[in-house]
Amino acid sequence: MSSTFDQVATIIAETCDIPRDTITSESHAIDDLGIDSLDFLDIAFAIDKAFGIKLPLEKWTQEVNDGKATTEQYFVLKNLCARIDELVAAKTAST
Amino acid sequence: MQLEYFQLIDRILDLNMDEKKITVEAQVPQHSTIFEGHFPGHPIMPGVLLIESMAQTSGWLLIALMKFERMPFLAAVKEAKMRGFVTPGELLTIEAGIVHEGSGYAITEAKVRVNGKLKCNATITFTLIPPPNPEFRGYMDAMAKRIDFPLQALPS
Repeated sequence: MSSTFDQVATIIAETCDIPRDTITSESHAIDDLGIDSLDFLDIAFAIDKAFGIKLPLEKWTQEVNDGKATTEQYFVLKNLCARIDELVAAKTAST
Repeated sequence: MQLEYFQLIDRILDLNMDEKKITVEAQVPQHSTIFEGHFPGHPIMPGVLLIESMAQTSGWLLIALMKFERMPFLAAVKEAKMRGFVTPGELLTIEAGIVHEGSGYAITEAKVRVNGKLKCNATITFTLIPPPNPEFRGYMDAMAKRIDFPLQALPS
């Protein structure tokens, strides 16, 4: 079974036509990979489907806008993957 | 349809909140300046307006699901296929259903039929945001009344 990062990197590469080998766990989806908010919706949809979760994009955006979080916390891929793992674990625990 | 006001939906026929589906109808006008140019001697409904009709149909479904607390705004159109001409005077039956409800966005699939025949379909993405101003809710209520929006279908 591939890792969360492998799955997410593949989703990003296929969704945004970004060479897979340029995507690392340290990549910032917005600042490094140049993914805009509309393209990120496609990525969020693919992640939601692949992992059976609902990425809380609105909550994250609000936290960033309120200065309570940085974009790095959610959009650097290793951090995004950690959030995904947390959401999957929470979902598994609740079922 | 009131093309000059971009009001493409005439009436909600069915709103199924459990299945998250909606069916509406829309009468293409017999006469419009649009048909004078699109095309002279061969009037057909522009594909972009058919896409808009599917977007508006999907939009009313999303408005219902969000109990008028959010507004859906068109963000992306994918897999849009124009499968046949739609001509002046035809009655459209437009269906839309939810593909995915994300956080702050939603994806729908919509179809336009004439006499049961599929004319076009598309997968549509919307961003969902609060109404831009308080007055907008009044406008939405008026629009809802115009198209027989079944307020009783909303959960209390």
